[in-house]
Amino acid sequence: MRTRQFLKPRTVSREVDDIVNNLPMRNIGSQGYDPWGLNPDTAKITFTAVRWLYERYFRVQALGLDNVPGSGRVLIVGNHSGQLPMDGVMISFAVANRKEGARLPRSMIERWFPSVPFLGNWMNSVGGVIGDPKNCAKMLEREEALVVFPEGIRGSGKPYRLRYQLQRFGHGFMHLAMEHNTPIVPVGVVGCEETMPSLGNMKPIARMLGMPYFPLAPLVPLPARLFLNFGKPMTFVNDARNEREVEWRVEEIKDAIRDLIDVGISQRKSIF
Amino acid sequence: MSSAKSSAGPSAPPESAAAARKTPARRADSPMRSRAAKSSPSSIDPGSRGKILVTGAAGALSQHVIADLRERGYETVGVEFRGVADDYPDTVDYVVDFNQRPFEDVFREHDFVGIAHLGRIRFTQSTRGRRYSENVVGTTRLLRLALKYGVEKVLALSTFHVYGADARNPSLIDEEYPMRAANLMPQIVDAVELENLFNIHLYKHPELNIVILRPCVIAGPGIKNEMSRMLSQSFAPCLAGFSPLMQFIHVQDMSDAVIAAFEQNHPGVYNVAPDDYVSYQDALVMAGCRRLFLPSIPPSLARRSIRALGRLAPPDYMIDFFKYSVIIDGSLFARTFNYRPSHSLAELLGHYRSAK
Repeated sequence: MRTRQFLKPRTVSREVDDIVNNLPMRNIGSQGYDPWGLNPDTAKITFTAVRWLYERYFRVQALGLDNVPGSGRVLIVGNHSGQLPMDGVMISFAVANRKEGARLPRSMIERWFPSVPFLGNWMNSVGGVIGDPKNCAKMLEREEALVVFPEGIRGSGKPYRLRYQLQRFGHGFMHLAMEHNTPIVPVGVVGCEETMPSLGNMKPIARMLGMPYFPLAPLVPLPARLFLNFGKPMTFVNDARNEREVEWRVEEIKDAIRDLIDVGISQRKSIF
Repeated sequence: MSSAKSSAGPSAPPESAAAARKTPARRADSPMRSRAAKSSPSSIDPGSRGKILVTGAAGALSQHVIADLRERGYETVGVEFRGVADDYPDTVDYVVDFNQRPFEDVFREHDFVGIAHLGRIRFTQSTRGRRYSENVVGTTRLLRLALKYGVEKVLALSTFHVYGADARNPSLIDEEYPMRAANLMPQIVDAVELENLFNIHLYKHPELNIVILRPCVIAGPGIKNEMSRMLSQSFAPCLAGFSPLMQFIHVQDMSDAVIAAFEQNHPGVYNVAPDDYVSYQDALVMAGCRRLFLPSIPPSLARRSIRALGRLAPPDYMIDFFKYSVIIDGSLFARTFNYRPSHSLAELLGHYRSAK
């Protein structure tokens, strides 16, 4: 509380203040927290750094943002890469930073993050939520927008040689979308693979630290240009008769994301 | 308590303040009194809505509940465990262990329509063995007696602790979520067992109309649980890097929830919590506590430092409740019983600040 009070007036610009103030935050309680830990003041302080990363460091170009509805439940589903959850942060900021229909999509984070001191609390307070189906269901019931990476750590922790190759998608997001009548907006992320190219996973160190992976990669993200391409919303009726039919629908989403990745790669003139 | 006192009749000999406290043993010394109470057709006063047995009657919540029940025209009989307090308030009519035979005398002497089972030996109050014996085995007996004497309504107070604290907990945990405390922290298994017991009776004996309430942290004047103790202190321990989100309910709001659950018959299991949240460290600051930061890693060092603080800190096996959020969804109770807490977080935590 005191750290926030100290940092906020010293770091938060009027523009960032306006960005966060314009976001719909109907689930925030009297003490500035929503049930998942989001705190607008911490979000403002963090967004100051994120805005710099978005505009200056990664020079993000977001196209098709109009495809994300300005209200109501929605799942934004993308390809995961770059060792750190930078792609989720940039997608959330892109939607929060737009002029019309701004909202803060909540990123699903790995389940081990809350067990890390400082990091877990901080990620929750800027909108991160552990990727638990119950969490997602509750958030969709409250008409929130969620950023989901169905590849999970298979995507984020993959080595550079597998860049832009989609890994296996979990089916949970599709079941959620069908059960909660939620549109899916596919998003292709290009550039994150190059922010932290990994040569491999140092499993013994990861095991020792209780982390899902420990990449052999640069210590800080490299300033690669990021391209976010949002596709048209896709809806699926809840009439799948078996898991095979669900898998085909997941494949439809994967195809849409592959197409958007190809668009992003064609837009990119240089990696850095 | 007034109703029980009146059932003793005007012929009761004058007693000192301490001796005025009724126990089954004392009643055994005075068979005339118990006979009079039993034979009287008016053990429920004319105009009374019935007699309610309230367990844990020395506790702050029970005192609120007893006052509210009386206000609504119920008669109440308060029962408390032996050895949980040095001095018992007026709300306690009997001091007795549920496992012992004299406990049945309470049922013989009164014709209960309902039981508010609010009494539980807290995690810090006794040994694990005694807690299990009183909270679980004792409650088995309570339920057997409720069936035997035709009680129509049983309300049990459980706790959000049954969900357990874990980094992987989702937020807004609903009633169907597994009670993981049995696996995560075996020291508080009695709370889970107590719930299982009521759940079995809920379906096996629908005539008891059992309602189980799982409240979030109850706080406010008179409450002496672990969290209330932390908030009352000048210094309260925090694990560096952890400030879990918490929910608090004012003791009066919890009493209102108990009354609502008693007056409207919707048997089942319900979380009781407001739709408002505060982080642990913010709560401490709002309550006027200075934060005493303890190392959080490695976990063994955190536990050791918690243990070193003794009574200034919660028991070390509850440490995860001070690391990870356990946010429960109280919307089912709010919808079913048309319930809304009336005290704000600022008001509740302000009470602790003003008491310092």
